[in-house]
Amino acid sequence: MLLQVQDIHTYYGLSHILFGVSLEVDRGECVCLVGRNGAGKTTTFKSIMGLAAPRTGAVLWKGQPIQGNPPFAIARSGIGFVPEERAIFPDLTVWENLDVAHKLGTDGRSPWTVERVYEIFPRLEERKNQMGGTLSGGEQQMLTIARTLMGNPDLLLLDEPSEGLAPLIVDAIGELVLQLKQEDVTILLAEQNLHFSLAVSERAYVIDDGRIQFSGTTAELEAHPEIIQKYLAV
Amino acid sequence: MDTFVIQLLGGLSKGMILFVLASGLSLIFGVMRVINFAHGSLYMLGAFLAATVGAQFLGMGPSGFFLMLLLVPLIVALVGIVMETTLFRRIYTKEHLLQLLLTYGLTLLLSDVVRMIWGGEYRTLRQPDFLRGGFEIVGRKFPIYGLFVLIIGPLLALGLWYLLNRTRWGRIIRAAVANPDMVSALGINVRLVMTGVFALGCFLAGLGGALVAGQSAVGLGMDVNIIVEAFAVVVVGGLGSFGGALLGALLIGIILSFGILVWPGGAQLLPFAAMALVLIARPWGLLGRPER
Repeated sequence: MLLQVQDIHTYYGLSHILFGVSLEVDRGECVCLVGRNGAGKTTTFKSIMGLAAPRTGAVLWKGQPIQGNPPFAIARSGIGFVPEERAIFPDLTVWENLDVAHKLGTDGRSPWTVERVYEIFPRLEERKNQMGGTLSGGEQQMLTIARTLMGNPDLLLLDEPSEGLAPLIVDAIGELVLQLKQEDVTILLAEQNLHFSLAVSERAYVIDDGRIQFSGTTAELEAHPEIIQKYLAV
Repeated sequence: MDTFVIQLLGGLSKGMILFVLASGLSLIFGVMRVINFAHGSLYMLGAFLAATVGAQFLGMGPSGFFLMLLLVPLIVALVGIVMETTLFRRIYTKEHLLQLLLTYGLTLLLSDVVRMIWGGEYRTLRQPDFLRGGFEIVGRKFPIYGLFVLIIGPLLALGLWYLLNRTRWGRIIRAAVANPDMVSALGINVRLVMTGVFALGCFLAGLGGALVAGQSAVGLGMDVNIIVEAFAVVVVGGLGSFGGALLGALLIGIILSFGILVWPGGAQLLPFAAMALVLIARPWGLLGRPER
């Protein structure tokens, strides 16, 4: 297993957010973590990334415990985080946003370069000298994903890439995720958009109220409309 | 006319010293969100080091003087690194009152340390031969050392601008200003970046002190005088804005210089009048931006 999250409990201050979340991702998989707003998806990602360290439980990365490590060390060990709030650097140009994030992969190689990123996101090349803050929502989302790819991660944590985007752009992001899968990037995707998640992933976890309520293949999830109704219907 | 030119040059020269100070203050605030009251104390430390330890280098001629201008700020930067790793690091996420208490406490502490080491009397740094004396302009004499400061200031501004905008380290600093957590999640050790920025800020404070030691008397109390003026500079220019520090420093320098001419008794008040005006009209400073 590439990533194993084992029974983690995470708090923000005094509020208990995650109640024993466990999940696994193997190399080459695309797994989705679906749930409503506030279900604990972002907190799960922040727990993995070290941005909100779990109080109990373990996060094993390539078999080694990483919970409690600082975020930069976790990033260097090969996990790339694409945050929900996009968090591009508004006063840096598109090129600078990409350059800041550049690091070698854990194997010492760098398949992702600015040129490769521009091939996949021609829009970013057109805007390379523009400040990040002047981009549209869809372009910012592309830049956030591209920026994380510049760190040559072994696993991509994609937090709600479809959120707040027009349907046409969501489709484009979906195609991009499929393209990344072809590039052998392992992906853990957090989404509220079930349609989008099922289209790109093989396995799914359903999270609600800080607990995993279902886990199985996407086909199994589709075969359980009552679960979808209970935990995902808006 | 000749008075105007001389006062203008004097004001710009004073402004350059203020810029060296304010750019460090602004840089530290921009990344760590801490207003470092002890910045003036580090400037005083730099001035005392220059007037005592640094004076030993002057026998070496011009190269000795430049060596002193490098070594003294480096020592001050080292003091800054010790302060950052032992004290400041603990307060970045704390409330402003706590930050104020720590940095103000440090000014008292550093002032006593300087008094214990060098005593209370005034000192001066003998100007190096190649910078001594004056030169003639519009029929009046202007000190060569003042001209030297006038040249160093823009060079330093250019160097800092280059560092911030044209190097990877500068890009990381600007990214950390916007979102340190995100920078960390991209695999960059933000703690180390912060220590580096703090050291650079302290280097600039020390450089300001070393430069001023060749120009005016070095004594206790210079820390408080300069920090108050440097605050006026960053408020006028915009806290956290590099261009603002430059503009504010030149404005305050010129205001002080001409103020003495027209109102000798109240000139010291004018920077604060300017600060108050800016705070009323544009609370985030001339080149700053409103807090998000």
